[in-house]
This record gives sequence, structure tokens and C-alpha cells, in this order.
Amino acid sequence: MNATGGPAVACLEGVTHRYGTVAALDNLTIELPSGQMIGLIGPDGVGKSTLLALISGARQIQSGRVTVFDADMSSAVARRGICPRIAYMPQGLGKNLYPDLSVRENIEFFARLFGQARLEREARIANLLESTGLEPFADRPAQKLSGGMRQKLGLCCSLVHDPDLLLLDEPTTGVDPLSRRQFWELIGEMRSRRPGMSVAVATAYMDEAERFDWLVAMNAGKVLATGSPSDLKEKTAKGTIEEAFIELLPTEIKSGRHTLTIPPRSQIADDAVIVARDLTRRFGDFTAVDHVSFDIGRGEIFGFLGSNGCGKSTTMKMLTGLLPSNEGSATLFGDPIDANDMRSRMRVGYMSQAFSLYSELTVRQNLDLHARLFNLAPAAIKDRLAYLVDRFGLADYIDKLAEDLPLGIRQRLSLAVAVVHEPELLILDEPTSGVDPIARDGFWELLIELSRKNGVTIFVSTHFMNEAARCDRIALMNAGRVLATDTPENLMRARNAATLEDAFISYLEEAAPKRPKDHQPQFEIGSLSARAENATAEEVLESFSPRRMMAYTIREALELWRDPIRMSFALLGTAFLMLIFGFGITTDVNSLSFAVLDRDDSFESRAYLGELRGSAYFVEQPPLKDAADLQNRLKSGAVSATVEIPPGFGRDIRRGRPTEVAVWVDGAMPFRAETIRGYIQGAHQQFLSDPAIRGHVGLSRADAPENIEVRFRYNQDFDSIYAMVPSTIAMQLALIPAILMALAIVREKELGSITNLYVTPVTRLEFLIGKQIPYVAVAMINFLVLFLMALFIFNVPLKGSFLALLLGSLAYVTATTGYGMVISSFTRTQIAALFGTAIMTVLPATMFSGMMTPVSSITGFGAILGRLFPMTYYVPISVGTFTKGLSFFDLARHIGILALFIPCLTFLSLILLRKQET
Amino acid sequence: MLMRKLSNIYWLGMKELRSLSRDWVLLGLVIYSFSLAVIAQAQSNSQELHNASIAIVDEDHSELSRRIAQGFLPPYFKTPQYIDERDVDRLMNTGQYTFVIDIPPRFESDVLGGRKPTIQIIVDATAMIQAGIGSSYAEQIVAAETAKFVSRSEATPTPAVTLSLRIAFNPNVTTAWFTSVMGIISSVNMLAIILAGAAIVREREHGTMDHLLVMPVTPFEIAMSKIWANALVITIAVALSLFFVVQRLLHVPIAGSIPLFMVGVMIYLFFSTAIGIFLATIARTMPQLGLLYILVAVPLNLLSGANTPLESMPPFLRAVMQASPSTHFVAFAQGILYRGAGFDVVWPKFVAVGLIGGLFLLVALLRFRRVVALSGG
Repeated sequence: MNATGGPAVACLEGVTHRYGTVAALDNLTIELPSGQMIGLIGPDGVGKSTLLALISGARQIQSGRVTVFDADMSSAVARRGICPRIAYMPQGLGKNLYPDLSVRENIEFFARLFGQARLEREARIANLLESTGLEPFADRPAQKLSGGMRQKLGLCCSLVHDPDLLLLDEPTTGVDPLSRRQFWELIGEMRSRRPGMSVAVATAYMDEAERFDWLVAMNAGKVLATGSPSDLKEKTAKGTIEEAFIELLPTEIKSGRHTLTIPPRSQIADDAVIVARDLTRRFGDFTAVDHVSFDIGRGEIFGFLGSNGCGKSTTMKMLTGLLPSNEGSATLFGDPIDANDMRSRMRVGYMSQAFSLYSELTVRQNLDLHARLFNLAPAAIKDRLAYLVDRFGLADYIDKLAEDLPLGIRQRLSLAVAVVHEPELLILDEPTSGVDPIARDGFWELLIELSRKNGVTIFVSTHFMNEAARCDRIALMNAGRVLATDTPENLMRARNAATLEDAFISYLEEAAPKRPKDHQPQFEIGSLSARAENATAEEVLESFSPRRMMAYTIREALELWRDPIRMSFALLGTAFLMLIFGFGITTDVNSLSFAVLDRDDSFESRAYLGELRGSAYFVEQPPLKDAADLQNRLKSGAVSATVEIPPGFGRDIRRGRPTEVAVWVDGAMPFRAETIRGYIQGAHQQFLSDPAIRGHVGLSRADAPENIEVRFRYNQDFDSIYAMVPSTIAMQLALIPAILMALAIVREKELGSITNLYVTPVTRLEFLIGKQIPYVAVAMINFLVLFLMALFIFNVPLKGSFLALLLGSLAYVTATTGYGMVISSFTRTQIAALFGTAIMTVLPATMFSGMMTPVSSITGFGAILGRLFPMTYYVPISVGTFTKGLSFFDLARHIGILALFIPCLTFLSLILLRKQET
Repeated sequence: MLMRKLSNIYWLGMKELRSLSRDWVLLGLVIYSFSLAVIAQAQSNSQELHNASIAIVDEDHSELSRRIAQGFLPPYFKTPQYIDERDVDRLMNTGQYTFVIDIPPRFESDVLGGRKPTIQIIVDATAMIQAGIGSSYAEQIVAAETAKFVSRSEATPTPAVTLSLRIAFNPNVTTAWFTSVMGIISSVNMLAIILAGAAIVREREHGTMDHLLVMPVTPFEIAMSKIWANALVITIAVALSLFFVVQRLLHVPIAGSIPLFMVGVMIYLFFSTAIGIFLATIARTMPQLGLLYILVAVPLNLLSGANTPLESMPPFLRAVMQASPSTHFVAFAQGILYRGAGFDVVWPKFVAVGLIGGLFLLVALLRFRRVVALSGG
């Protein structure tokens, strides 16, 4: 297969890769030649991305052999050895970049991962920034870059370590044609400076494939053909790569396809369905849509052509009423747009950019729901659904969940849903992005039929040139402005361009002055690289590199610092919860309401009640009327205790006859009931010891043969705040740092930047510890805030050793962040990490760690859980230093155990965290 | 028009139920909260004296000192351990023992000789609940054993005035009776908020909110559909949990009418789902919602009186919490489920929950309409 005769840079033999039951790669064998620009072409979902991910080492090999630079990619040691020679840019604009970090910070992060020292790093970054023209934007956050600039940044990050193999997965999807052209120019320049470098690119744009040296045409996990572009065209006897590709497809797929013809509009009505004048929308200081004007006539297919983020979606949202405009006006069917006008909504169908149906519902349920929401008559729904299912070819998928559908079918479903109520106007926001060329043609057939047969006006946005060419008229958009509006033919004629793409680029160049070409001292990396490669190779072999670890620490700290929600939660959230817990969790029982039913009303009964009335714990409520009143007041919770003095109480006492006081205590809250019982028994004894009564009643506690002295140690007033505040600090430092840590790791999984762990020399240990350090630091700030609150807001003094508390807290928060780390290594989504951590922290924290019940009283399963939870060892440190006044020496053992948790939890996370995607 | 609204609310709500049935994380959370979490809380003994660890410094080594030691029995106390006096500080410092009884030398002979010796009960006062209840138990045990020993008879003489103290509604003061039902109440509080909030954030993250808003559906209908669907899920979960977990599995008797309680739950759910919707108008993503939720739901639950007595909170906090329906919810739940209170007793609480909850629902709906209509989800 190696057409050029050069040594292979990568070899795949019999590689099969499955996702569930779907085979992404099906027994694939291929050799990629070195020193070439290799293109992997084919529609979405044919296995291009999987192929690149396997070569990069990001994905684990399921079966077959993958060798890159003669290294076996199934061996972790071999991967580590060669990963500095590979650079991988995953699919999705800037997916492995960090949106909150600036351009320079992003490149610095990658340079550190490859172990570059400061001087070398700065030289390289300066060079890359200059040659890509990103220099003026070095301090701009990555999320505020346009798609084209983001791809250039991705390229800088990939090239910072001088790779020998550059893997680019759909690097130009969604980027405007000018930026695309510049991107390929840049790649060309880089290759001319480093002729040995091989580049493999996956792309869905067939027109891009023309410029590659060697192509791999792929379909359904198999290679259809390989060879130079001219080889392929010759072989199939077709004029373009796109046609050649379709020719190469198996006949059963091809047969469904025929050349798309667009009948002319039969009559051109004068009335405009949409009239937009100077529409403007700003988000903060960013103008997304800048004085955009256009008219769309009835029955017309009107296209918006432009890159991602140029304002197409925002304009469409303003026309649907989803977003109000800041300036300008727009009318729909002659009336100004009113977000609350239900009648105009009935006349419009809208398909938003991303797939936005309910993926958890089936095809039928989705159609049915939308038919009902558009208020179709129940009798008519069945017929309408049957028609749509037939017309849009959904019969085979009717009871499948939308999330299980192939992309092309999903788009047909979206369109079916958008026309369920037979709208007069369809607004379609990039309806075909990611769909293969054949499905795209099928989709356009439906659109053309809707337009020409049913007279539906269609307003569609796209970044595909060939789709734009099918529209009756198009508006070229860039950076929030419409550059030109006309028929595709007129636009080409006006610019004297052969293709619509050239015409667009010509308009773009006019709008934005071309960057100066005279940036001479470029790519002098070669002189640096000899030295660099040696250093890099040494450092890769190091099992632990502080520099790579610091790369993660610095980056995580910057991201945390720039995320106001997480940062304020970390700092203010704990302070707020501390107030709530400190004042709210109390085990003091006071201000108890009680009521009396005094059936005697004698000196003695008043003396008895006087014991309760004089107590600081009790508050008396109006007296009870009768037994029924007693029942009611207890039931409603109006009183916590009732005291009933029997008739003749005083007389019986005076005569020495036995008598009985009846007390009911509300048992709804057990510990409170127990405490009230204690109080009342005490008051009863007091009464018996009263000198005025004692003569009559005989035996009382005062006559006991012994004195019992109860000494409340550590907390003489027995005030719960001295125990609860230190315990609360322990609980907060268990919960919040663990949650933040778990979110930090799962976030990388969700956003995709975890790829950098897979394909760079960073080890799992460096990754974990690097990410943990900022959260330990934040938790220690938390600790200081909580400590000061305890001292000055709750007036709980520190009686023992501050050093013990400080060291204990440091070991403790390192352990609790480690706990979050363990949880994050087996959760996939941020929300699961959040709740998982909360549940797995709150339960052991409140029940088994000595907060409410002393650890010494917990038995069985709870005791085991408690022993394995770090808080069990921190509560004695916190309570011990605050309230018990203990010294460092007293607590050394507990601090030691907490310190032992750290390596154990780190080790556990290491085992659970994978260095490759499965 | 009204029929149209009701139809939309109904169909959107049905969609909500289908979506929830496929969201494993939230569904798992619901099942956990109403089963395992309730059982775990019921089995903790945090509210009573259970297995308290006790040590005795016996400097007397007499018959009486042995009898006192034997008086401390499970399940209230662990079997007492004898320790040396010089170890007391160390063992109490590390929390090994919550109680230490110090029996002085010649205690028995001093008791018999009428010299009134002093016996010390040392309590670790940082173990709040256990220390509070346990110290009065310990005092009674020591007194009773000594009295028995002195009179050499097993019967204690009755004083002329006796105290007949009975605990209403929970005669044996069993922790599980309280904590199991309070566990359900906490779960209602916590879940209603997150389910309703997540339902909205999910639409926003999946881009389906935009989709709904270009259809002839009003924000009011969207919000109401989420409220009814999520409230229904929780109502069913509460009923199942009360019946199977609390009554069957934990054998906790329910004093009052479960249907009456369920009516109260439904009234309350309007309030707590409204909070969820309110939070969802502030948070943009699920993790943000989760963090906000912790800051709102935890205090709301903790200060409602379900965990610690309301009377003991600082007065300003108590006053603030009177404005929260969760406080009234807990009050009527305790009233109905423990004390067997009927509608005649709890109706003022129902009215309070309904009024405050209704007001908040209105605020949440207005905000939802404004935010959703403005930002397109």
C-alpha cells in the first residue's frame, strides 16, 4: 500500500475497534508513508477519528497491532518513549485547549508538559506566535478567539515540541474559508522548514483533499482506496475527489444517489417574508451581529454563509424572537417580531444548530410531542405523523431513541419535527454540519421539495460552499457583518472568481486587511531543537518530573482563579455554611414550652410548679383547660411537656399520704425528650429537698448516703457550640474540597482536555498531584477563614496547640481532596461527581465520624466506614485543640494517621485513572 | 385557550417523566434518598444513649464498687473497663471514653458509716448528646445501686410524692421512629429542588429550551409541567418509602393519617419545586446548579427543625425560619406522623405552607418568564 516507497511512519495490522456493537474500524490494515501530507477522507463516523486516536496513543487498542515509529503502541513503555515525537489535535475547535487561559498560557502549558525550561520555552513561544500571526492576541483568553485563530493556537500547542508526526483531526471544520486557506499555508510553511515531519489529517471537506500528497478514502471502518489525489481520480475516471469518493462507495449506497437538480422558482412573489434592517446584537463589549440588513422573499431559499461564530445563529435567534435585538428592526410576515405572539410561532419552523430534540425520547414520541404542542387536532395527528414518517424515511427508526440514530437520520427527524405543523417559513441553523455528502444531498432534496412544491420559505445557514451554491440567494457573513448579498452566480461574477469559495475569500480579504507577509525570522526552531530533543528525551524517562506537575498546578490555579462561581463557592460558600451550621446545629435544649393543669392550686402545688417556672430551660404557656386541651396542645406541638397536679396534692403531702404528679413529654424528637425528662426529674428532686416540703415527704436525694459529683470536662457550661463549631469545621473541610477536586478532574473528562493526559509525556501521578495542589491551597485558605470565624464570630477560643491544628488540617485537606480524586476517577459527568461526592461524604461525615455520636460507640458496618474516613481522625484534632486544650504531642498519632491516608488515596486514584481512553 | 394550556402542560409533563426515567444519575439519587439514606439514618443511634463507652477508676475494690460497675448495662452502656487513675487524662483526651466513674478509696465503708463520701462522674462534655443524656442516666444508676446496697433489699422505698413521667408518642424514645421519618422529609426537601432545577438546566444544556420557546408554548406552561411531573415522582417516592421502608422494613408505627400527610406533601412540593426553578434561572450549567443547590438546600433543610430543635436556635434565626415553608412542613409532618394530629390541628400549618409557597412560586414563575424569554434559555 505504500505508494511512495518511503519508510512507514505508522502501521496498522488487522485493527478492529468497536463502540458497543458498532465497529468503527473493521479489520483495518494500512501503512502510512513518512514525510508526506496524508489525508483521511470520508464522511462522519467512518472511523477516521478512531484511527488517528489509535495512532496517537489516546485510545486503547482493542484488537490488532499498531506500530508508530517502530514502537508497539500497545506497550505503555513504548508509548512513553515515542510520545514526544507525536502531536495530536483532537476533533472539535480547540478541544484540548483551555478556554479560560490566554493564548500564551495555553502554549506555555504544553511546553512545560514536554519539559522545556524557561529560556527555551520563551524562545519557542515567541517564534510560534510570530509565525502564526497570533502575537497581538497573546494575552486573549482562548474562548474569545475566532474559530480560525483557535485552530492556529491548537497548532502552536502541537508544534511546541517539534513533533515528527502531526495528527490533525478535522482541523478546519467550521472555520471560514480565508482562515482555512491560511491554516493550510501555515502547515505548508512548517513542513518546508521541517521536511521530515509527517502530517496526517482527517477531513470531511473533499475539496481540501486535493492538496494532500496521499489519500486514504474510508467508509464504514474500511479503507476504500489509497493513493495520490490524481491516482484516485484516474482510477474512478472522475473530475473531483468528491465524485471519485462517491464512485468508490459500495453500489448499494451509491444507488440511492442521483445528481441534485434545483428547479427554478416558478413565480417570484414580491412580498417579503422577512425584512431585517440594521439588526444589531451585543453581548457585553462583543458585537455578535453588527447592523445586518436583508430581505427574504416568499418561497425563496436564502442562505447565510460564514464561519462558526460569525453571527449566523444570533441573527436567526433574533428572527425567531429567542433573542431581543439591541438595535434595528425586523418584521416577520409584515409584522414586527413579538416574542409572545403565538400565532406567528405557528407559522415558523425552527431547527437549531446542535441536535436539539429530546434524545431520550423515541422518534415517534418526539413527533407526537411536537404535534401536540403545536395543537394539531388529535384525530389529524395520526395521519400527519404517518405522512411525515413516510416522506422523511423514518419508518425503520420509528421506535428507536433519538440518541441512537445516525447523524443523518437525526437531521431528517429534526426537519420532520420542524415542519410538523406545516409552517410557511423554515429557519434552519446549520442543519447539515457533520452529515456525510450523500445524506446531505438527501436532506437538500427535501428542502428543495418543500420550497418548490409547498412554497415554503427557507432561511438556512451553512459553512459548506457547495450547499451555499444551491441557495437562490446568499448573504456572506463575517464577524457579525454581511459582506454581500446576491445569487451565487452574481457574487462569483462580481469578483471574477471561478468558485464561490474564491469569491468569498476575495470579499473577506477586502473586509479584513491581509496580515503582513514579511515576518522573516521564522521557524528558527531547528537550531534550538537539537539541544531540546536531548533534554526532552532525558526528562521523559524520568518517572516524576516536577516541571510537568507544575504545568498542571499552574494551569489549574489559573482556571480556578478565573471561574467566579467555583471560586466564590470555595471561599464564601464555606463561610456561609459555617454560619448556618454553627448557629443551626445545636444540641442545647432550652426555651422549652410547657403548660400546667393544676387541679389543686395549693401552696404545695405552686411550690412544685415554681421549680419549673424558675428554671431557665422552661417557658410557661397558658394553663391547660382540661384533658382534651392537654392532648391537643401536645399533638399540635404547641407544648413540649405538660404537668398535671392531682386534686388534694397539698393536703396529701401534709398528711403524708402518697400522691403522684403526672407529666407528659413530647417524644417526637427523642434526644430532646430524654433531656426534658432529665430536667423534670431534677426539678422534682429539688422540690423534695425543699425544706418546707421535706418534713412531710421523707426520703429525698438530700438524704442519700453518698454525694454524686458530675464533672463536665472540657466544656464546663455544657454549651454545644464548643463541640459543634470545631466539628463543623471538620465537616466543611471534608465536603467542599472533595467536591471541588472531583469536579476538576471530571471536568477535563467532559470537556475533552483529558486527551492531554493521554498523549503527552505527563504521568498520572504528575497529573493528579499537579491538580491537587491548588485545591489543597484553597482548602487551607478555607481553613483559615473558618478558624477566624470560630474565634471571632462564635467566640470559641483555641485552648490547645495551633501547630497541631494547622498540620492536622493540612494533612486532612490533602486527604479529603484525595478522597474527591478517588471518586472522580470512576465518575463520568460533573453532576454525577458532584452528587456522588456529596453523598459519599455527608453520610460518613454526619453519622460515623464522631460528629454527633462518639466514634467509640459506633459498631458494625458504620464503625468500618468511619475508620476509613479521614474525618474520624480530624474531629479529635479539631475538638481537641479548640475545646480540650490538647498539645501537639497528644494529637501526633491522629496527624500521623491522616498523613497515611494521603499515599493510600493517591495510590487508589492512580489505579483507577486510565492513561488511555477505552 | 385554557384547554390548550392544560393540554400543553400535560404533554410537556409526560415528556418530563420520560426524560427522568432515562436519567440514571437523578433516578439513582431518588432511589437512594428514599431507601438507603432513610435506613442509614434510622439505624444511627445519634438521638439516644447507646453503647456509651465508660471506664471505672476503682480505688475502693469493694462489693459496692463492683455492684456499681455491674449497674452499667447494654444497650445504654458498653461493659465498663477498669482503668488506672493516671490514664484518665490520656484516655479522655483521645476520646476513648465518654464517661469515667471515679470511686474513691474507702467508698463502701464511708457509705456504710454515714460519712457521705463523694463519687465522681467525669463526662466528656464535647460528646454533646451522649454526654447530656448519659450523665443523668449514670447519676441514677450510681444512686440506685448505692441505695440498694445500703438498704440490702432489692426494693427501693417509694417517696411520698412520686413522679409519673411518660413520653408521649414514642414511649421507648426509639431513635429510628424519629430519624426514619425525618429522613424522608429531608429527602423531599433536597430532591424536589434538584429535580425541578435539573429538569430546566438539562433543557438548556441540550439546547431544547430554544426549541420549546419557538413553539406556541409559554414559559408558564413549561414551568408548570416541570412542577407537576417532578412533584408526582416525589409524591410516589414518599408514599412507597413510608409504606415499604418505614412501616415494613423498619417497623416504625405511623400515628396519623398517611393520606392527610400526602396532601401536605403535595402542597409543600409547589414551594420546593419552585425553588428549583428559581435556582435554574441563576445557574447556567449543571455543576453550577449543584453548587448553588448545596448552599440553598442544606440550610433550608438543616434549619427547618427536622434535625435539631427550633427552640434552641438564636431568636433571629428562628424568626427568619418562620418565613420558610420547610419549617411549617416539618412541624405538620411531625404532628401528623408522630402525634397523630388530624386536619383540625394542622390546618394552620397547611395554610402557612400554601400561602408562603404560593407567593414564592409566583416569584419563581415571573423570574423564569423574564430570564427565559430574554436569553433564549
